[in-house]
Amino acid sequence: MLNDKDRIFRNLYNDLGSDFESARKRGDWSNTKEICEKGKDWIINEIKLSELRGRGGAGFPTGLKWSFAPKEVGSRPHYLVINADESEPGTCKDRDILRFEPHKLIEGCLLASYAVNVHTCYIYIRGEYYNEGQKLQKAIDEAYENKVIGENASGTGWDFDIYIHYGAGAYICGEETALLESLEGKKGQPRLKPPFPALIGLYGCPTIINNVETIAVVPTILRRGGEWFSKLGKPKNTGTKIFCISGNVNNPCNVEEEMGVPLKDLIETHAGGVIGGWDNLQAVIPGGSSMPLLPKKTCDTITMDFDSLMTEKSGLGTAGIVVINKDQDIIKCMARIARFYKHESCGQCTPCREGSGWMWRMLERMAKGEASRDEVDMLMDVTKQIEGHTICAFGEGSSWPVQGLLRHFKDEIKKRNKFDPIVKDNKNIPYLVDQHLLDKNA
Amino acid sequence: MLKLKVNDIDVEIEEGLTVLQACEKAGVEIPRFCYHEKLSIAGNCRMCLVEMEKSPKPIASCAMPAADGMVIKTNTPKIEKSRKGVMEFLLANHPLDCPVCDQGGECDLQDQSMFYGIDKSRFKENKRAVPDKNMGPLIRTQMTRCIHCTRCIRFATEIAGVPELGAIGRGEDMQITTYLEKSIQSELSGNVIDLCPVGALTSKPYVFEARPWELKKTESIDVMDAVGSNIRVDTYDWEVKRVLPIINEDINEEWISDKTRYACDGLLNQRLDTPFIKYNGKFEKASWEEVFKIIKSKIENTSKDKIAGFVGDLSNMESSYIFKEFFDRTLDSSNYESRSSNYYVDNSERENYIFNSSIKGIEDAGLIFLIGANPRFEATILNARIRKSFLNNNTKIISLNDVGDLTYSYEKLDGQTKTIVDIFQGRNDLSKKIISTKKPLIILGESFFKIESAKYIFDLIKNYLKKNNKISSEWNSLNKLTSDAATVGSLDLNIINHNENMFDGLNNHKYEIIYLLGQDDLKFSKKDEFIIYQGSHGDKGAEIADIILPSSAYTEQNGYFTNLEGKLQKSYKASYPPGEAKEDWQIINELAEFMNNRKLFNDKDELESSMFNFINLKRENKNLQKSNIEINNSFKNEKLLVDYKSYYFSNVIARASKTMLDCHNSKIGVKRTGTYG
Amino acid sequence: MTLRKISKEQPDNFEFTEENLNEVNKIIKKYPEGKKQSAVMSLLYLAQKQNDNWIPLSAMKYIGKLLEMPYVKVYEVATFYTMYNLTPVGKNFIQVCTTTPCMIRGAYKLVEACKEKISENENEFVKEKNCSWMEVECLGACINAPMMQINDDYYEDLDKEKTLKILDQIISGKKPEPGSYRGRLNSEPENNRKTLLDIKNA
Ligand SMILES: Cc1cc2nc3c(=O)[nH]c(=O)nc-3n(C[C@H](O)[C@H](O)[C@H](O)COP(=O)(O)O)c2cc1C
Ligand code: SF4
Ligand code: FES
Repeated sequence: MLNDKDRIFRNLYNDLGSDFESARKRGDWSNTKEICEKGKDWIINEIKLSELRGRGGAGFPTGLKWSFAPKEVGSRPHYLVINADESEPGTCKDRDILRFEPHKLIEGCLLASYAVNVHTCYIYIRGEYYNEGQKLQKAIDEAYENKVIGENASGTGWDFDIYIHYGAGAYICGEETALLESLEGKKGQPRLKPPFPALIGLYGCPTIINNVETIAVVPTILRRGGEWFSKLGKPKNTGTKIFCISGNVNNPCNVEEEMGVPLKDLIETHAGGVIGGWDNLQAVIPGGSSMPLLPKKTCDTITMDFDSLMTEKSGLGTAGIVVINKDQDIIKCMARIARFYKHESCGQCTPCREGSGWMWRMLERMAKGEASRDEVDMLMDVTKQIEGHTICAFGEGSSWPVQGLLRHFKDEIKKRNKFDPIVKDNKNIPYLVDQHLLDKNA
Repeated sequence: MLKLKVNDIDVEIEEGLTVLQACEKAGVEIPRFCYHEKLSIAGNCRMCLVEMEKSPKPIASCAMPAADGMVIKTNTPKIEKSRKGVMEFLLANHPLDCPVCDQGGECDLQDQSMFYGIDKSRFKENKRAVPDKNMGPLIRTQMTRCIHCTRCIRFATEIAGVPELGAIGRGEDMQITTYLEKSIQSELSGNVIDLCPVGALTSKPYVFEARPWELKKTESIDVMDAVGSNIRVDTYDWEVKRVLPIINEDINEEWISDKTRYACDGLLNQRLDTPFIKYNGKFEKASWEEVFKIIKSKIENTSKDKIAGFVGDLSNMESSYIFKEFFDRTLDSSNYESRSSNYYVDNSERENYIFNSSIKGIEDAGLIFLIGANPRFEATILNARIRKSFLNNNTKIISLNDVGDLTYSYEKLDGQTKTIVDIFQGRNDLSKKIISTKKPLIILGESFFKIESAKYIFDLIKNYLKKNNKISSEWNSLNKLTSDAATVGSLDLNIINHNENMFDGLNNHKYEIIYLLGQDDLKFSKKDEFIIYQGSHGDKGAEIADIILPSSAYTEQNGYFTNLEGKLQKSYKASYPPGEAKEDWQIINELAEFMNNRKLFNDKDELESSMFNFINLKRENKNLQKSNIEINNSFKNEKLLVDYKSYYFSNVIARASKTMLDCHNSKIGVKRTGTYG
Repeated sequence: MTLRKISKEQPDNFEFTEENLNEVNKIIKKYPEGKKQSAVMSLLYLAQKQNDNWIPLSAMKYIGKLLEMPYVKVYEVATFYTMYNLTPVGKNFIQVCTTTPCMIRGAYKLVEACKEKISENENEFVKEKNCSWMEVECLGACINAPMMQINDDYYEDLDKEKTLKILDQIISGKKPEPGSYRGRLNSEPENNRKTLLDIKNA
């Protein structure tokens, strides 16, 4: 178990208070100016050294991302945008940072902005987190009052402003370019890439977008050194991470642990074990709803980091762990996730718009045992037709959970869905005839 | 230049192009729905996916900038599968009702599904039904067919400049609509019908009229304004069923205005199909022989200076020319006029009355100054070009008057002629701006030429531009915005009276016989004049006529038109005139023969070569006539009033069109009564 | 769920109150000059708060004018995001999360409670109770599942009985305390804390 002194978020459960003074006592804002004085290159380099990977889901190396921003500010200002849209089912870590450790985030914003030449930062909070936003706003106000941000922030000579922008109920706005669109007052529809936001982002200006947790760990890394962070966890999967353990466990919780911690440890030690015992475990979604589930067998040994989960054809994602025990109908569970994706598709790409609803409807029928045998393979086909064919990664996010289900629970589905295929031979039916109408009459 | 490989074919393309364009260059066809050359890139249909070396996922070729050294593959099993997948998704919720769809036979979805689709639908869920939207009198919607390519939205927002279309909702519930389902406030709205790749937006007036393969298609030129848009006229028997745009990058790109597209039902109404004679205030049918006889005797009994001829706004050049020849040779008179009021024009130099910068040149303009013009209504397509320049180059646009919404923002001046004088005498901020701009564009609308000091100010402007090198062989800043199709051609043919002010003559009732060739816009009160009206429609001219000579509309005869920038184009006969009606040139030729036993020309060819000979001589200044009329050449400050003909009723065809009436009413908010669509 | 319905009954006019206009000015100032449009989401939300929890069409038009953006663009935004109500809802607007993490911990029991206490149907505005309820997607409080949101507040770690009690209070005009209904501290593992114990006990 991670040593308490290596935990970054010491106020994760709000034992200590989230106000400026309390945060200061925990070490926030202690030597911000000195850190900045070491220089922009030093900061970026230290983050590179730490091997910090983005905590928003994709795990992109943060130091590398920062180095994509133009070195000099041209005619267009640079922006930093913090992704606090946290909407991935199974994930609720950023919420606790926003309400209990806001000063870590605010200080991180200043340091990151200083490093990439930003004077204005927007924090995009999902609209439902209204109270969390209010708490963060209070912290921002405190920070202004104490002159750690604003004009000549923390005495660094750097002017720096932070504004909150509320979302209004759209998971897709977590996707970084959709988030930018939304910030610009439009529908949250992801943009085509290239151009990438680091060059053409918010209002057409160079923009760095990071997750709340990513930025909130930055001050601690800079204080304790990139090397300290990189020694935690595993190579390329370094540092600590907040895990959200929900679902059929005795004590669902958020907990900060080392990267690479065994899944079983997390569930057994921190979350009080699976309801009904480890043997009652059916499957675990390891990284938020987009990541393919793992069957029990894998859960016995898997460790929680980007690369280990990749080898199991899943991913760390947001580290939102959803434990599903044997009392649950696994097909129904995944059908409900498919409904989520159907509801949240932005609607611009054909495969995502048309495919997400199709998958959901098929899964609903499969949960009820109303599908025919051939449809199981067809469902796989449909997921493959979506995956990789869309503008944003929502396409993968919606098809992977279904693929995970088919990969590990195909027999279960087949057992339940025994209907004969409706169309056995369709060679002679002319094209452009509404096939499913024909089928019924046949 | 960039070098790429597409399916092992080497291509070289310019920088700034996309992978899709590179593929086209290599002769490899890429299926697409959302991509359209003239619109911004949406990349949402995902039909154009191709494989790119080193990219794990296929890429949308329409949206990917081409780069040096790219290796693209479009013929792999993976791509074939992805195309099939997209087709399947598109068809999943698309009704398969091609037999009853108006787009049937010219539907991108239908075509591409034949090529790239799979032979059966595996979609067993209920299909989505989407409520239809009201988009006004021109666009019929069937939104269940929509494939969400967003071309219509992009067109309305980008080209038409009326951001009134949007996609509301999200995911599979996304729907295209106008705000509160109002009709689109644009004179270009019909183009969305061409852009819609499926049958979601179809033509309301053309609903279920015909199948594309039953129609005869004739390429031609539009006459609804002076732009000269290139069109295709589709006819079924003698009826013109629809008018569609043809691409001409120099003129209309691939758009046409709603009037061009939809006034064609006016070709069926109010037609003059037999000669008429007015007896005791009532028209009676007559034969050609009878009417010719009366005309002959009338003319023979009238002194030639009491006979006047006026040419209208839709006449093709052959008709105008033979009309002039009829006066010159048969009547030995030069009492003919093509203007409809006494506005100023000096046609001794061609640059005085054409749009010298050219329509395409608008895109290069560094500054546009509108004087007495409302291009949105006077030359809709040209206005779209101004908007394009505004969008692409952020071109500064200034108008002397506030003329309302032009679909782009512009600076408004006070409308006083004094301001123009200040500017072109170098006393205004704008004076310097015009000089420092490399390619400024001064657009003089017809309203400008109607002011009292038109000559004085026109000469001032021209001299200022000349002096500052803005009228040169590279760039000519001086532009007249003409609004009628016949105007430039008539001026080229010198159909303008240099000896007397015929409008004074009209008002003083000097003329005993007035011959109107499709001229319906003269303002005078008839007294005892004997009026011969030759034209296609029973409109204002016919109403006051004593003799009516029924002739052909522009779709029923071959004829040349010169557009506002001076381009000569030929419009082709797509149909034939109704009843006894004849082509204009024939009528006049036969009348001349009837009077003199001699035709003016043996055939149309002879007429054409004579006409071109005349035009060439005029260009070389060999048959120039200087005006003998004294024209006011002093300055008077006045407010320039921008007045132009009501857009939907600007000529006899438009006025006979029920669709144009519907459009007019829908804009002013009158509820449509009849039931159709 | 189909496209959210627009209310048939619409007020003719909408205008921000003076107080909200001040708020509007503050919101617009957050964004660079010429980027007023960015404020549209906040303004719609403000309009919703001012107008008993729903946004009439006249408000969209009003906001469009205020921000100099085409109406259809405001309309697009208002229909894209699910937090905007386009038809009247209760002053007490109850949203039950039923996405998988909540579902497997009994979210549908909460739905039952809503059906019993408020109305059989989702999205039905019950005037005398001034309530309406709906199922929503993940609200981002999964470790406190099952949970629901009433207006701005989260009610967490619920079961059917607790929900019934909360709803009773709501209907009788009271505002029950938000937060965990098992008395645990935020997102800590209930009775099973292994970390940061020195702090807890300090
Ligand atoms: C559909 C979709 C939803 C996403 N939602 C979130 C989110 O809620 N919060 C978040 O931080 N990142 C989210 N992301 C990831 C972001 O696009 C982006 O990668 C991330 O904010 C970058 O920050 P990081 O590098 O610090 O991880 C989402 C991505 C996709 C494709
Ligand atoms: S993949 Fe889905 S969510 Fe992403 S841009 Fe395409 S339609 Fe929108
Ligand atoms: S044509 Fe490229 S995505 Fe539609």
